Amino acid sequence: MEKKALEGVKVVDFSWAFAGPFIGAYLGDYGAQVIKVESHSRLDITRVTAPYKDGITGVNRSGCFLVVNNSKYGITLNLRHPRASEMIEKLIAWADVVVENFGAGVMERLGLGYDELKKMSPEIIMLSATIQGQTGPRSAFAGYGWNTVALTGIGNLTGWPDRSPVGTLQAYPDSVVPWFGVVAVLAALEYRRRTGRGQYVDVSQYETTCHFLAPFLLDYIAHHRVASRAGNRCPYAAPHGVYRCRGDDRWCAISVFTDMEWEAFCRALGSPGWTREDKFASLHGRKKNEEELDTFVEEWTVNFSPEEVMALLQQASVPAGVVKTNKELFEDPQLTHQGYFQHVEHPEIGPCYQQAWPVKLSISPLHIRPAPCLGEHNEYVYTQILGLSDQEFVEYLDQGVFE
Amino acid sequence: MLSPYRVLDLTDEKGLLCGKILADLGADVIQVEKPEGNPARRIPPFFEDVAGPERSLYWLAFSAGKRSITLDWDTEAGKDLFKRLAKTADFIVESFSPGDLERTGLGYDVLTKANPRLIMASIAPFGQTGPFRDYKAGDLVASAMGGMVSFTGEPDRAPVRISADLAYCQAGVHAAIGILIALSHRGVTGQGQRVDVSMQASIVRTLHTQLPYWEYSNHIVKRSGIRRFRGGVSTREIWPCKDGFVSWMFFGGAVGTQQMRGMVEWMEGKGMAGSLSGEVQNWAALDLTKVAQEKIKSWEKVIGDFFLSHTKEELYREALEKRIPLTPLNDMSEVVEDEQLAARNFWVGVNHPELRTNLRYPGFLFQTSEEKCLPKVRGRAPSIGEHNPEIYAQEMGLGESEMDSLRRKNVI
Repeated sequence: MEKKALEGVKVVDFSWAFAGPFIGAYLGDYGAQVIKVESHSRLDITRVTAPYKDGITGVNRSGCFLVVNNSKYGITLNLRHPRASEMIEKLIAWADVVVENFGAGVMERLGLGYDELKKMSPEIIMLSATIQGQTGPRSAFAGYGWNTVALTGIGNLTGWPDRSPVGTLQAYPDSVVPWFGVVAVLAALEYRRRTGRGQYVDVSQYETTCHFLAPFLLDYIAHHRVASRAGNRCPYAAPHGVYRCRGDDRWCAISVFTDMEWEAFCRALGSPGWTREDKFASLHGRKKNEEELDTFVEEWTVNFSPEEVMALLQQASVPAGVVKTNKELFEDPQLTHQGYFQHVEHPEIGPCYQQAWPVKLSISPLHIRPAPCLGEHNEYVYTQILGLSDQEFVEYLDQGVFE
Repeated sequence: MLSPYRVLDLTDEKGLLCGKILADLGADVIQVEKPEGNPARRIPPFFEDVAGPERSLYWLAFSAGKRSITLDWDTEAGKDLFKRLAKTADFIVESFSPGDLERTGLGYDVLTKANPRLIMASIAPFGQTGPFRDYKAGDLVASAMGGMVSFTGEPDRAPVRISADLAYCQAGVHAAIGILIALSHRGVTGQGQRVDVSMQASIVRTLHTQLPYWEYSNHIVKRSGIRRFRGGVSTREIWPCKDGFVSWMFFGGAVGTQQMRGMVEWMEGKGMAGSLSGEVQNWAALDLTKVAQEKIKSWEKVIGDFFLSHTKEELYREALEKRIPLTPLNDMSEVVEDEQLAARNFWVGVNHPELRTNLRYPGFLFQTSEEKCLPKVRGRAPSIGEHNPEIYAQEMGLGESEMDSLRRKNVI
């Protein structure tokens, strides 16, 4: 069998909610051994957030938890128990990487700060993910991904220019910081292979998301110009929008960047009169008369389903795509072809999907296991990985260390 | 962290961030451009609004710290040169239409024969194989096909994207991850491999709860403006205040206890808690999904009035004090001037002698205790072919006459 790319990498994951746990899931799916540490007294917020399978509440039934905790071993450990430190020492001695996303200072208060961990394992790599970083006047800020939507300007950049900002439905930076976190962990492991040195990584949602917005930030820095929300418009393409199609609330996105695409677009429509008007001949002209242009485009699209619009335009090599609903994603032939939704058998909710990643490697297979139930792997991890005897395991269990 | 490694970056706007990240991490990243320059150099806005290949802020932002050579890979001499370069490379990252490089004769199979350790990442709107592999997409189309657009915007208008080309960045950062995973595999086996990145799938990966909403409860999540669907009810996320907007959400459960008590006390202190005062004694026990939507609306009215009578700054300052997750909706000026980012020395000045300016850039990707490792912008983006002499003559040892001949044939 082909060796998994990250086989042998050992991760202890103290993180919770969305942004932190993604890091371990990514690593775990590519072969790292990831132990997620939870406790009964402080449940991961995603375990108690809707939607639940079949609408039945339960700590092992939330889709939110499943989405971000692929391929981990789940253990419970009461960090406030006096004997928890004995387990912590074993965990840290075993681990290459520790990931956490509590508020700044929480790990220190638990005796789990980097300096402490380094004493237990000098080459340890520790990563902390927070909203605003470990230092600075707002490091204590405890918030969520949607707070970072606001802070970074993404909130203001989403919506129509003549109306209030609407922000994003999902806390977008929750899908930015973990990717930089994975980059950091992999680069730190690579550095450690060469030098034998571990490190402490402090990664902030706010800052990593700023990298995505770098051109806008430079525009302000250079010109004091403040980017603003533009509906679906784009300064260097027209038409560039989401157009109503036949059916109930059905839409197709179209974007025409080059003159070549414009000509192909016109031909695909059968070159109706308006497409031949001079004012639409150049990008400059199309941008200047964009409202009128959009009206013409939509007069055409409403006659077709979004699938028909997409097929017609893509045949002509013009970028166009159906605005897919969550339901339609599950039926998407491309995602299906890529095996993006992987069937797994979850011990409590039965057959379900785990998502794969937008990255496929030609020879390193992806092995996705379902997210763990609360404490599902206690016995395996504490005895097989950390080396407790059965008798010791029962002793700790009886004392409530694993609660 | 990646200083031993060399990257050939052939991407356009769809993938530039990948090479930028690798450059920040210390890799030697060489942008390989056709003699007319990378297409991303034509993306506005331009420095001082004067169009030009060295003035695109998009290019400057995402190619900072790279080197540049020109090379026309459609010519025979160019292909030979590229193959020689590829022998010296650890990673190649490209974002051509799937199959283009193979048709040029520079596909992975060809390049890897001479360099089996080579890792090649390909970024495409829908990946390298499958029914949509030849489909075209920019940010908007990928965001639509990845589902994100359908959840964003207001019910009475078309769904919208975020007004920025963020899908390209998503693809770029995932490509960097793929390369590093492949590098880890190479470390053990000595073998390179291909990394196939789909922009569409990178968007799907930004949706956390929307997918299980369909899978678990057959609920199609629709765009809902400033409101967020939370399993049975919807609550408001974005609120107008005196001078702009703030972001804040109701919570029950454990999180509710932490923040709602502080929130209500704060409002009581101003005599503005209205019906919210005393109505809920125990936020921890409150299951928001079981509260009537009308009740939530009535609470929102009280909260909304309170926010309207304060400025963003007042609300944020007090929320920080009271540990309430409330944040202002910043614009770019407020991000650039933010005291938290300044305190962390986030901004790094980069000299642009040709533009006679020094611009501050978003600095490090993350902070680290290992000073040598700090991944930060290494310098300004290169001009077209700026490093031809350095790379072709000094590093590859091409003679003056060979260089001249390549120049004359427009290969470099």
